[in-house]
Amino acid sequence: MAQHLDRNFDIALESVKSDILKMGDIVEFMLGDTLKALMERNLNVIERIKENEVIVNKMQIEIDELCLKIIALHQPTAIDLRFLMGVTKINTALERIGDHAINICNCINRILQYKQMKPYVDLPELFKIAREMFMESLNAFINLNTENARSILLRDDQVDSLRDKIVQECINYMIKDSSNVNIAVNIILLANNLEKIADHATNISEIVIFVAQGKDVRHQSE
Amino acid sequence: MEDTVKFKIENLNVYWSGSHVLKSISMDIGANKILGIIGPSGSGKTVFLRTLNRLNDMELQIRIEGGVLLDGKDIFAPGMDPVMLRKKIGMVFALPIPLPASIYNNIIYGPSLSGITNKNRLDEIVVKSLKSAFLWDEVKDRLKTSAMRLSGGQQQRLCLARTLAMEPEVILLDEPCSGLDPISTTQIEYALKELKKNYTIVLVTNNTKQAARVADNTAFFLMNELIEYGPTGTIFTVPGDIRTMDYITGRFG
Repeated sequence: MAQHLDRNFDIALESVKSDILKMGDIVEFMLGDTLKALMERNLNVIERIKENEVIVNKMQIEIDELCLKIIALHQPTAIDLRFLMGVTKINTALERIGDHAINICNCINRILQYKQMKPYVDLPELFKIAREMFMESLNAFINLNTENARSILLRDDQVDSLRDKIVQECINYMIKDSSNVNIAVNIILLANNLEKIADHATNISEIVIFVAQGKDVRHQSE
Repeated sequence: MEDTVKFKIENLNVYWSGSHVLKSISMDIGANKILGIIGPSGSGKTVFLRTLNRLNDMELQIRIEGGVLLDGKDIFAPGMDPVMLRKKIGMVFALPIPLPASIYNNIIYGPSLSGITNKNRLDEIVVKSLKSAFLWDEVKDRLKTSAMRLSGGQQQRLCLARTLAMEPEVILLDEPCSGLDPISTTQIEYALKELKKNYTIVLVTNNTKQAARVADNTAFFLMNELIEYGPTGTIFTVPGDIRTMDYITGRFG
């Protein structure tokens, strides 16, 4: 895309893009740590996840302030306006994903107090898909790649099915042995948080399509 | 009222001294709407505007092809009187040029020339025109003062009032706020939004933000062509043509 005649506008847009990318990297790191905590039964990383959440919260405010300033000073239109609107929405989504990472930590804290019911197979898979969707949605935003964004939208059903499978399996374990209730409930909560992360990735993908093409594809499957 | 077409422009081509200065322009201009025309200098905006009330007729080396229909009637038809046409289609220019006379005499100049001599009628026209141009409150106590003593913004609203005094159906404005401060600009823009209830307005502006603020529809001209024309909300959020997007977002290359 051609540069703006006003170079300061380009610099401001690059700056906000770089900030949202940094924020996304931190959130992605948080998600990696949560998986590590569960699979390696490693509670030490939880402190790091909480520290990163504080940084993410701070960045959310800074990025919103920067967008507000750019809108006021440069009065953007068309793709520039859609981009800045997209950034403010993605900013909120990233902060919410950070919150889900904290919720997942709390679940893991409780899960690790009990003996593992069975080897985790579907849960790491759900982790993997949700994280991939998240990372790919952010990459799609940075490159305004609508093709990738649309392919992410298609994966949401896969996440829902996997979550449902995990929930059903947990219910079966609880029916079989009531001593499994504590751990099973927390696994269900964890799976729900992962499903919400995938939902945010889907929202980010919809924002990518809006920013790139001006098409609002939200709620089209309803 | 919303769908009434005031102007129908059909494949309009204008040649000036051998140059093709408007290329195959076709568009409908809705009645009681504000049409904003944007585009870089030399893109044909002003030529287009001046074609609508046949001001270009004065130019010897001009050739016009295609149709411009006002309420379904061809403005270039042999029987069409340009003077009568310009009574229906008033124009306000970039530089406010008050006549060297009082505010009152500026307003009644046109109506007097067209034969209105009744003092009460002229008084009515002065009050109505100045009120419509949102100038009445500022000048009602000094109508006999020279118009030259008004501020730039007031002079431009006086020119607008002078145009309104002829009770036109269409108002053409060529960069009416180019020399005005933000407050005067806001006053003119407010006046235009109110005036569209009774008039059709065509506004040429180099300030794209002004078109975004006041126009119902926006047309983008580039290199003598109409590139895109549509609702202002769409043009400024999801323009269909990359050239429109580059222009309104201030890009080059």
